[in-house]
Amino acid sequence: MPGLYRTLKYAAVLLWSAFVVAPLLWALTTSFKTINGVTGGATYIPWLDYKPSLEGWRELFNTSGTGVNIGQPFIDSAIVTLGASAISLVLGTLAAYGLSRFTYRAGFIRNRDIVFFFISQRIMPPIVLAIPFFLMLKFLGLLDSIPGLILVYIALLLPIAVWVMVDFFNNVPREIDEMAMLDGCTPIGAFIRVVLPNSLPGVVVAGLFCIIFGWNDFFFAFTLTFTRTQLLPVAIVALNSTVTPWWSLSASSLISVAPLVVVAFLVEKFLSRGTLAGAIR
Amino acid sequence: MRGQKYIFLLPGLLVLLAIILFPLLFTIRVSLSAWGVSQPGLNWIGIENYVGVLRDQRFWQAMVRLGFLAVGTVIIEYVLGFSMALLVWRDIRFRRVFRVLFLVPMMTTPVIMAVIWRTIFHESLGPANDLLGRIGIAPVPWLTNETMAMVSVMIVEIWLWTPFMFLLLLSGLLSQPREPFLAAAIDGAGPVRTFFNVTFPLMAPISVSALVIRLIEASKIMETVYVLTSGGPGTATETASYYIYIRGLRDFEIGYASSLSITYLIIMIVALTIIAKVLVRTMIGKQA
Repeated sequence: MPGLYRTLKYAAVLLWSAFVVAPLLWALTTSFKTINGVTGGATYIPWLDYKPSLEGWRELFNTSGTGVNIGQPFIDSAIVTLGASAISLVLGTLAAYGLSRFTYRAGFIRNRDIVFFFISQRIMPPIVLAIPFFLMLKFLGLLDSIPGLILVYIALLLPIAVWVMVDFFNNVPREIDEMAMLDGCTPIGAFIRVVLPNSLPGVVVAGLFCIIFGWNDFFFAFTLTFTRTQLLPVAIVALNSTVTPWWSLSASSLISVAPLVVVAFLVEKFLSRGTLAGAIR
Repeated sequence: MRGQKYIFLLPGLLVLLAIILFPLLFTIRVSLSAWGVSQPGLNWIGIENYVGVLRDQRFWQAMVRLGFLAVGTVIIEYVLGFSMALLVWRDIRFRRVFRVLFLVPMMTTPVIMAVIWRTIFHESLGPANDLLGRIGIAPVPWLTNETMAMVSVMIVEIWLWTPFMFLLLLSGLLSQPREPFLAAAIDGAGPVRTFFNVTFPLMAPISVSALVIRLIEASKIMETVYVLTSGGPGTATETASYYIYIRGLRDFEIGYASSLSITYLIIMIVALTIIAKVLVRTMIGKQA
């Protein structure tokens, strides 16, 4: 009986693993194909099923007219994601600390209402914001630009940072900051010198979440940019047409996924260490 | 001293208010205008658009479809995510390898993976039908049959988002105290009884927040639909967001699309609040 149970357990885990990696393996093998490896029906194993080629990968860095050139969108995506994540993280951490330690009151509004206001922004469907964002950025002269996208992404990422950090700070013992303030620190001094160093895991987790959601957004990058600025997802999806070059499409999708696989390792590390338990609830 | 507490809260709060409040108020105002291709700019037509929304069958069908899609995928994600979290929680080799692996889809860009899935579902050249053919199953019209197109969208959504459920639930499992499980083991409870009497009740609060968070995100489904089926065949996979996108940003009926947006937002807030309350009552309330 325990033997059967164990077999079933491993079978289930392996089956799910297969489902999870299948699309990525398919993209990997397709990225080495040429038109011949695609139009004859599904093929899987290089050399055996089809003749592998690096054409799909070479196209990505071909800056002449025929190429796809993924380099600049990659850099733009990185700047927008990291910029918006950094700003959201600073603003979000400060706000979350305030909300976890002090009492704010304005009329009938209490702390929990403010926390709810931050987090509830995630309910807002992107389509509701798209048109006004378009007009707002146009008015500010920031349409189709990196600063404009950063501004919009802050609205997406700040709620995530606040969500993660409020729960995290609620689990950091208050005695830490009270001791520091007894020693003569101002609240800001106590926060910077004592609380923040003790909360780094939470900050990292919040940062990773911001990076995941920033890097993977498509809709705003799609509706708010045209020619000057192009983010990676938009550049890649533009390849998806009637005569899709499956090989460069697959190669470029792997390039976009690669940086965040590192994030998966980091998230797992925090998860297994138990740091996430305090940070996300 | 007392004023210092505002230095923490205000920068973030003001920035968010500035970025969100204008768009929201503006959308409400535009929804009361006939802004479109033939009438660019703001005018005032009162609630005329909203009357149109009430009669707009295509919108309500998209809302119902969205409700089905969101609730359906989230329930499947919860079952799968919870199962996988339990399996790699402890007593399994290479658990950290599996944990990393199970997180990966969540890190990928949904819209890009949807494009890859589209090649997988390709009727004659994709591997899905090829592999099914090898075990003698006739080709499936993944994206061109109304029912199958819906199933395909669900498969991709489940692939993308089960990891998020898995992450929240596994982090919950890892933070549980050991004592209740030891006590159950001493009482001789098997895995099934331990799950229903110990694990599930302990995990109820985390389950509720995981379900609500995922429902919030799922209620916005549109990118996978846009890439996989463009809402088709016909309107068989059109969700509310996608329909508003078509009316607003493709047909440029900004006024009407704005009133659709506001209606959609209000329904979402009401529905999610009710669902959250019901979940809290059924999953946590009993033990309290």
